[in-house]
Amino acid sequence: MPSKPRSLWDSITAAGTPAGRLHGAGATVALADLASSTSLGGRVEALRGRSVLLIAKDSLRAALAMLELDGVAARMVLCPADLDAAHLPPVARNAAADACVGDAGGATAELEGIRVRVDVDPELTAAPGPRVRSHETEWVLLTSGTTGVPKLVSHDLATLTDALTDTRPGAEPVVWGTFYDIRRYGGLQIFLRAVHLGSLVPADPGEPVPAFLERARAAGVTHISGTPSHWRKVLMSGAVSTIAPRYVRLSGEIADQAVLDALRAAYPQAIVAHAFASTEAGVAFEVRDGLAGFPASFIDAPGGRVRLTVTADTLHVRSGGNAHGYLGDDAGSFQRGSDGAVDTGDRLEERAGRYYFLGRQGGVINVGGLKVYPEEIEAVINSHPWVRMSLVRSRHNPITGAIVIAEVVLADETPEAQRPAPEVLARDLIHSCRQSLAAYKVPASIRIVPRLEVSAAGKLVRPNA
Amino acid sequence: MSIRATIKTQFEQVAVEQERKLAPLADDLKLIDCGLDSLSFAIVVARLEDALGVDPFSSDKAIDFPVTFGDFVRLYEGFAK
Repeated sequence: MPSKPRSLWDSITAAGTPAGRLHGAGATVALADLASSTSLGGRVEALRGRSVLLIAKDSLRAALAMLELDGVAARMVLCPADLDAAHLPPVARNAAADACVGDAGGATAELEGIRVRVDVDPELTAAPGPRVRSHETEWVLLTSGTTGVPKLVSHDLATLTDALTDTRPGAEPVVWGTFYDIRRYGGLQIFLRAVHLGSLVPADPGEPVPAFLERARAAGVTHISGTPSHWRKVLMSGAVSTIAPRYVRLSGEIADQAVLDALRAAYPQAIVAHAFASTEAGVAFEVRDGLAGFPASFIDAPGGRVRLTVTADTLHVRSGGNAHGYLGDDAGSFQRGSDGAVDTGDRLEERAGRYYFLGRQGGVINVGGLKVYPEEIEAVINSHPWVRMSLVRSRHNPITGAIVIAEVVLADETPEAQRPAPEVLARDLIHSCRQSLAAYKVPASIRIVPRLEVSAAGKLVRPNA
Repeated sequence: MSIRATIKTQFEQVAVEQERKLAPLADDLKLIDCGLDSLSFAIVVARLEDALGVDPFSSDKAIDFPVTFGDFVRLYEGFAK
């Protein structure tokens, strides 16, 4: 294996001056200009050796900061644009952060322990001196947990670029678009590919689909990545034909046959591929045959960069792309099997020589990329005076991948004559859920059922979510 | 209730629940402009599965993803036949 250069900047300039550009919503920056200019207003030295929270919301600013901070910061914590403000203090504490980098003019978070605050600005200024690499920067990504504080996942440039086998630009220019936040694992993979191989056009948080596709077109997008939910939005936007990419990638959720077929029809010139990756396990594989699931031959395949195994119907991944572990409070909970492989928690089923994803172990429901824990919703429903027990589960949904539905058993104590009609009750329950839960956690449908199955151990029998 | 009326009712009800401002549901209205967000659409599709017994998006048949409200109604009409 070739040895990896020490910093991201070294890596992308190893084959010469980079020709690519970073296309933000408000500005475009040529990568080559970063050789002698800075986006940090000459304050890079103030960040050297520190644990830096990257809280810029603007995707271009985040990209610029990542390019400058690798090799300078001891630790760089990538905070996604949609990070709950209430979660920032515990994230800062778990990361022992003592500096932060944000949007120029952006809100300044008052955080304990933060001694240095630097703004990142796409209006570059002359760099105060040559780039000096002093640190092997630890890259910290956040999981998309929702009930609690996100976990902090420790990587470095070597683990993050493990799947990037060829880092030299080819003859044809490559422009990568991404619907993903580049501060999350899936989007970060695209950022790293783009800066090595060409240009990047990242969507901004909240940017409407047609506006982003138009920007991607203007930037000459050739490769583009998003979740199946992102792609369904594109297919229903009326703007699908704005772009004509050579390569379309889906990951982050289960890609079903309908969305793969629709993308193949929309982009007949493109390779439509779906990939599996997770923040903890890294990039595991890519499927290019246009079919949902993946060939069983991927499992236990000898050699190769990645070793995939199935243990207790769950996918395990061992590769140089595996994260090092969690930081702070969660340090002890990183799930590794006895062979050192990372337990992805994704359940599989084999049918006719192919593996298909069934959903998450533990029943976590993924609504458009947001995790929902059924028990949290059941607790709200069960607090209703007419309810005995409830089961919240996932129903496949073409828009968000999955949606929450509930089955409810009524308490016997209410005399039949005093019970409201089922549809009235269902509406009342949905109303009370809406009072105390985020919109994506409120069941789309509530059904009154005579009973729910309970196991011998006294636990609600949960269908495989 | 006709399929069209059922769909219209669901759009309106979900818009109220999700506090979205719904545009008048003409056949040539682009779905992206109707005022519903992704989650609202997801709920509409789930409720229509309850009401009509079909989810055209999850069928094995190839479908044209609807772009306008009229496309959306025709998609369900085609499957409910």
